[in-house]
Amino acid sequence: MRYYAYYPGCSMEATGAPVEKAIKTIAKPLDIELVELKDWTCCGSSPFSGVDKVKAMAITARVLAQAEKSGLDLVTPCSSCYTILHEANDLMKEDHKLAWQVHEALTTIGLNYNGTVKVRHIVEVLYNDVGLEALASKVKRPLTGLKVACYHGCQQVRPEYGYDDREYPDWLDQISKALGAEPVNFPLKARCCGSSLVISETDMALDLIHRLLENASDNGAQTIVSTTCPLCHTALDAYQPAVNSKFKTHFNLPVLAVPQLIAVALGFDFKQAALDGNIVSPRKLLNPYFNGKAPAATDKEPAQKAAA
Amino acid sequence: MEPKIGVYVCHCGSNIAGTVDVEKVAEFARTLPAVVVARDYKFMCSDPGQDLIKNDIKELGVNRVVVASCSPQMHEPTFRRAVQEGGLNPYYFEMANIREHCSWVTEPGKEATEKAKALVSAAVRRVFYHQPLENKEVPVHPDTMIVGGGIAGIQAALEIANSGHKVYLVEREPSIGGHMMQLDKTFPTLDCSACILTPKMSMVGAHPGIELLTYSEVDYVSGYVGNFRVKIRKKARYVDDTKCNGCGTCMTKCPVKVDSEFDERLSKRKAIYTPFAQAVPNVTVIDREHCTYFLKGKCRACEKFCERNAVDFQQEDQILDIEVGNIILTTGYQQFDPTPVKEYGYGRLDNVITSLEFERMVNSAGPTSGHVLLKNGQEPRSIALIHCVGSRDEKYHTYCSRVCCMYAMKFAHLLKEHVHGVQVYEFYIDIRSFGKGYEEFYNRVQKEGTVFFRGRPGEVTDVAQTPEEKGKLIVQFEDTLVGKQRRLPVEMVVLCSGLEGHKDAQDVAHTFNISLGKDNFFIEKHPKLDPVATMTDGIFIAGCCQGPKDIPDTVAQASAAAARVLALISKGKVEIEADTAFIDEARCSGCRVCNLLCPYNAISFIEKDKVSRINEALCKGCGTCVAGCPSGAITHRHFTDQQINAELEGILV
Amino acid sequence: METKLKPDFLDEVASIPACGKINECIQCGVCSGSCTTAAHWEYPPRKIIAMVRAGMKDEVLNSSSIWYCVSCYLCTARCPRDIKPANIMHALEAIALKENYKPPTKTTTMYRSFARSIEQNGRIYEFGFMLEYFLKTNPFAALKMLPMAFSLLTHKRMPLLPKAVAGRHELNRMFQNISTGGYR
Repeated sequence: MRYYAYYPGCSMEATGAPVEKAIKTIAKPLDIELVELKDWTCCGSSPFSGVDKVKAMAITARVLAQAEKSGLDLVTPCSSCYTILHEANDLMKEDHKLAWQVHEALTTIGLNYNGTVKVRHIVEVLYNDVGLEALASKVKRPLTGLKVACYHGCQQVRPEYGYDDREYPDWLDQISKALGAEPVNFPLKARCCGSSLVISETDMALDLIHRLLENASDNGAQTIVSTTCPLCHTALDAYQPAVNSKFKTHFNLPVLAVPQLIAVALGFDFKQAALDGNIVSPRKLLNPYFNGKAPAATDKEPAQKAAA
Repeated sequence: MEPKIGVYVCHCGSNIAGTVDVEKVAEFARTLPAVVVARDYKFMCSDPGQDLIKNDIKELGVNRVVVASCSPQMHEPTFRRAVQEGGLNPYYFEMANIREHCSWVTEPGKEATEKAKALVSAAVRRVFYHQPLENKEVPVHPDTMIVGGGIAGIQAALEIANSGHKVYLVEREPSIGGHMMQLDKTFPTLDCSACILTPKMSMVGAHPGIELLTYSEVDYVSGYVGNFRVKIRKKARYVDDTKCNGCGTCMTKCPVKVDSEFDERLSKRKAIYTPFAQAVPNVTVIDREHCTYFLKGKCRACEKFCERNAVDFQQEDQILDIEVGNIILTTGYQQFDPTPVKEYGYGRLDNVITSLEFERMVNSAGPTSGHVLLKNGQEPRSIALIHCVGSRDEKYHTYCSRVCCMYAMKFAHLLKEHVHGVQVYEFYIDIRSFGKGYEEFYNRVQKEGTVFFRGRPGEVTDVAQTPEEKGKLIVQFEDTLVGKQRRLPVEMVVLCSGLEGHKDAQDVAHTFNISLGKDNFFIEKHPKLDPVATMTDGIFIAGCCQGPKDIPDTVAQASAAAARVLALISKGKVEIEADTAFIDEARCSGCRVCNLLCPYNAISFIEKDKVSRINEALCKGCGTCVAGCPSGAITHRHFTDQQINAELEGILV
Repeated sequence: METKLKPDFLDEVASIPACGKINECIQCGVCSGSCTTAAHWEYPPRKIIAMVRAGMKDEVLNSSSIWYCVSCYLCTARCPRDIKPANIMHALEAIALKENYKPPTKTTTMYRSFARSIEQNGRIYEFGFMLEYFLKTNPFAALKMLPMAFSLLTHKRMPLLPKAVAGRHELNRMFQNISTGGYR
């Protein structure tokens, strides 16, 4: 059993609820124990960084200080939280004035941070700690013939904090393959969904989401496998009808967060995989797999021109 | 002989006298032990100044000289010569730096004068303990080895061989020529590269004074300036170079096809091959990693069809042992591989190519007979050339590769020549057209209709956003002079990737005992005043192995290095400074700590005597071994403990 | 319109955490060339940096440009001088909000609502924050979002009640401490 301090992030309780549920479902069978931080608060990522950087870093540091007390690696599913936690770690090492200000602020709430927390992403934990082989060995429902476009989004891979490749990542593709699925070429796999501005610049965000859906669809994807970021999932899933409405398109691309995909492959049912939380329903697409009538694999070597 | 010290305090115009009370310093000096005379003078380095010293030696019996003036870097040689001309051993001299170390860095007044007095006192006490030392002379072997047979090596080899001295030219590829042989035309004259290079290559091949060792590498170097011993490995070609006449029959019969390195993998060669038609020497070589005989024991077609019986599968590597006096490294560069620059799509997108690939394509002897072609075999109607790929970038190389702006413009010109009606776009950050004829060339290229956009592209993508973009490569960039992001669809993208040091530069530096910079190029002795020498005497560098540069600068450096070598050969001997270290073998315990400490590999362990011994020609007098010896067995001439302690006393008292 | 240049502006921006390297910009344009939303920027990212260096504080902070940054970090990943344009844009946003500039964008209101939600709840209360934002800007726009909000609600992805955590008091204590510390 591997133990990790867990920081879900604000969105996991709301728009990211299905993703959170799916993570909880697959944790035990993969020998992962996620110990949620008590009384955690917002991570201070954008837009808070756009209001006051020092205050933002201070609230990020609160999360880090709490995690440090546990002595465990800190794991988060949200890409925004992931990137800001890393940024705080790095910035406080280089910018001593900031470190001092944050330290002062932390002492007012009885906390201290020594910079020792290792910040990790749940997908990276799946890739490195669980491993593709272990994952593949637990697959009860190989997702053969399922054409997936693997979407990483931007903040998970940029700036670079040791997660995969910053332009053309492929860990989700490898995980999908380990589950029997067939990743398609998806050049926009690490491009922005615009969700950080979807509230105030909805049209602009819809343009970006439309681009992603179109690219996935043009490359033959039946579904998009997204990273665990609740913002990315919501953008592609919940806003898909709005995109169809604006652009007069007919996308019907269920968006499965990778823990949902894993849950299906590991043998869990529709509800346990939190698929009832998806707005673009994956029921029709996944029924064959639930009914034991999975289609055959189409390629021995899936057609993927991913950069090596 | 009782020391009689003469002290000379220089005014250096107002450089010293304006801050330090030089008369008071001289007055002070007269009170110091063993000082028989102390003078102050306006310019000690002048002839009358030097005469003061010489006269005092003659008339007052002065036998130790202290000059308090500028830095030894300026005039130590001057005063040592004066002392020598006065009849003394030049090492009976000590300089007190009261200018760079005193008057130039202190406010005028009492403090400056007191400091000058302290420095003079230190010098006086030190010189008391100086010993007479002799500079060593070692002979210089007249042969030279040049490593690297590109244009730099070829130029240097011809310069030296034409003066009547022997040259070994070592090249690791099967033929000399280097990267220049791959180029089509050269900027700004648009000379055909092969046409201007091959005559020089032929001269090298035919020159009686040049021993050409191709397909060879240097295994081991030992020795010192004037006397290097080198082990060269002549790799087995499996073809007898005394028999092969380059007829090429074997190449037509060989069944194995391999990506051609010379053509940047755009065409195939055979497992038995010459890299290009004008190879010097025109002898084939068998690539044993791909040859069917070496892999599976079959075939041998080349052997069967060779009319001269030149194929010899039993051939082995040959080791040559040579002696040379000087070595010139002209190992050149390798092109930056733009694969990691994922946003430009090299390796992922069709029709994104590097500059060397483009050179081969546009070359009439190249894989497409001089036609610039897309992967689908058609000519492109529009091409984007992206500058600064891998250069000026913290993620790859921070330096500017110097030649890319010019070769990018050259490509623009060639494209307008080769492809009728083609549209050419250049994306730059700055235009660096610094050389003779270069700015004019830029102007010419603009006149020919190439469009220049100032803006380094964010990415090259094949994901279309409009119908016009479908099927094309889109360059997304900010036209910074206009201030707007734009997307330009083109059919082909050429990445002007930079120059970098060879990936084994570290090993080469180690073999030759020279320094490698952080940027993976060899370090010159002084970037402005001594660009072709290294800190290791007798080893010179020239061309791109020292830093990215164009052909004119490469040739100039090669000639410069050759001149330096010829100067040493012509003098026939080299003087080694006397302040080297030596080991008292009676005290040496044979612990060998010093062997590892020496940065110049100057100390060796003598098995039969169980002591270490210093090669004085290699010793640079750095003092590391002296400090490190646990038995205190090593003495540093001219920097003995006694002398140094005396100097310290002089300051503290 | 002639505006006054503010030569201290560059130093002001450079002293904000993560923005120190702004002086090293060679204006190559990779940031603008990579920017996901560049088409919406009146002055693309590279130009904003040039304007900061020129001291054009009012032009920069009165423009809506910087508010289009979606933090995709393509600029930061590709900048050849390792500058962080995204961080610089957010730093400029913070200055604009503190000094009450009013650029023609609703994102300013959105950020303020976001910050308020955190101060009140310790975490983002998505429903409340969105409600406040739409009421402050354009309630009719909220109607367009209604179908989506409804489907989120029925899929149990939009809790209607806030969940104020105890930690919010700690956050506010920290904010107090920082405000009175005065790093500017």
